[in-house]
Amino acid sequence: MSRYLYYPGCSMDGSGRAYGESLIPVCEKLGLNLAEIDDWNCCGATEYVGVSLSPAYALIARNLAIAAKSKTDGEPLVAACSACYLNLAKADNYMKERPQLGERVNVALDAGGLHYDPGSVEIRHLLEVIMNDVGLDQVRANVVKPLAGLRVAPYLGCMLPRPDPDHRWKNHERPDDLDQLLAALGADVVDFPLKTECCGGHMTQIAPKVGLELIRRLVDEAEHHLADMMVTVCPMCQINIDAYQGEMNAEFHTKHKMPIVFFTQLMGVAFGLDPKKMGIGRELTDARPALKKIGKEAQPAADPVAPAHRPRPDKRALPMPRMESEATAAAETPAEVAR
Amino acid sequence: MVVAQVSPPLAVDSGVRFLEEVSAKTAGVSRLEMCIQCGTCGGSCPSADDMDHTPRMLFAMIRAGMKEQALRSNTPWMCVSCYHCVVRCPQGVHIADVMYTLKGMAEQEKSYRDSTPPGFARVFVGQVETFGRSWELGLTARHYLRHFILRLPRMTPMAAGLFFRGRIGILPHRIRQRKQLHAILSRAEELEKVS
Ligand code: SF4
Ligand code: SF4
Ligand code: SF4
Ligand code: SF4
Repeated sequence: MSRYLYYPGCSMDGSGRAYGESLIPVCEKLGLNLAEIDDWNCCGATEYVGVSLSPAYALIARNLAIAAKSKTDGEPLVAACSACYLNLAKADNYMKERPQLGERVNVALDAGGLHYDPGSVEIRHLLEVIMNDVGLDQVRANVVKPLAGLRVAPYLGCMLPRPDPDHRWKNHERPDDLDQLLAALGADVVDFPLKTECCGGHMTQIAPKVGLELIRRLVDEAEHHLADMMVTVCPMCQINIDAYQGEMNAEFHTKHKMPIVFFTQLMGVAFGLDPKKMGIGRELTDARPALKKIGKEAQPAADPVAPAHRPRPDKRALPMPRMESEATAAAETPAEVAR
Repeated sequence: MVVAQVSPPLAVDSGVRFLEEVSAKTAGVSRLEMCIQCGTCGGSCPSADDMDHTPRMLFAMIRAGMKEQALRSNTPWMCVSCYHCVVRCPQGVHIADVMYTLKGMAEQEKSYRDSTPPGFARVFVGQVETFGRSWELGLTARHYLRHFILRLPRMTPMAAGLFFRGRIGILPHRIRQRKQLHAILSRAEELEKVS
């Protein structure tokens, strides 16, 4: 068993509980021993940095200092929430890049009897650890119930592949790591064009119209690709797409029912673990009907119908000749006629 | 603090000064002065349509010393930190981090038009300072009561759904060493003030 330090982050036993519940047994199966660091605090998400710089970074660095102390032998610190991962990695990097920030953070940490030397803890995301340290062969070896017949749209979101301060990703815009992993589980993987587009993060809280539109694009696209469900690596993406789907449907008068689960949940299912113990059923848009398809005769993979893009009102565009079908579609939106 | 009502006449170096101020308050090395106004950022931005200014325009304003206008722009608040622009920027400008800096400065000077985003950040930060953890239920409840009373009816089924699926903690988690955390955060806040 290789030992890793583990930073769960606040959502793991709250809204992202299914993630926390599923990743522990899955990691055990893969021979990863996750040791939760003691008395960690919230990383501040994307909120604290927008309020005050030094406290925001001192807050993150407290976790890094605790991790550095709990190392027995160079173990990396693993986070499974994309926002947590990025915060930890950014703090580590920026303390190096701007020594002034590093000094300041350490003066602050000193008030609590702590210290952190940037670069002393290696920070990783769980997906990347599974891909690179465990490897797909080992994953395949654990599959007892291949997910054949289940059509999944891999959704990485933004903060894992970008900005990638530690240069761990080969491709920042269309990486296929999650695709490969899901294929190794036997699933039918959709080539999802929006896989690293943002779900809006906290926008559902501060500017709902903007946030709901970003979610609509993702869900719409997954549906056009006939996905049975979306698969995520981040608790914030999950709650946005899962819990706000109802509000999004109300806002756009749509009837989407797109489940979204964590990749570790599907790994657990494929490894033969009890779906309930993997937190399946905690999602608001029920994933269980789709999971029933596993092992059934896969339908001939119908190619996705061309997505029906909504005509976009663009006030700045030059008037262009339109196809007839476009013109009728546009006439239905008064904003378009007016322009 | 009294905020000047009229901006001072544009001194030759006021642009440089504001740009330096922004850079000094940004986490890493902002590289803001390297911006070549290519527009790649705005073209990559999923929120550009909802922004008062594209990131490129905003950076031009910063360079021109248009502090008041830059801090009143909704652009930083509409930035969703997707980092599309950051990986594409030919000059390696830390665009998303500059957006955080501008939010912080606008907060300080109370120069924002919509109090919803800073309000959310404040409640969030307040919780973290008190408990050492964020607490989704308390956060959402306070935020919605203050800013989105009308959204509550739509939210109720969702809240109930999350609750019955065991995804809402009724009580906040508290870390053990809250005193230590407070000491660290207050020292950091003092350091932030002297800069
Ligand atoms: S990003 Fe979210 S889950 Fe992760 S520690 Fe921060 S608040 Fe908690
Ligand atoms: S996709 Fe959304 S929730 Fe996920 S990392 Fe990006 S902003 Fe955060
Ligand atoms: S992409 Fe970079 S260089 Fe180009 S305008 Fe934006 S910040 Fe400036
Ligand atoms: S990081 Fe912000 S500014 Fe850059 S593309 Fe994303 S939303 Fe736009």
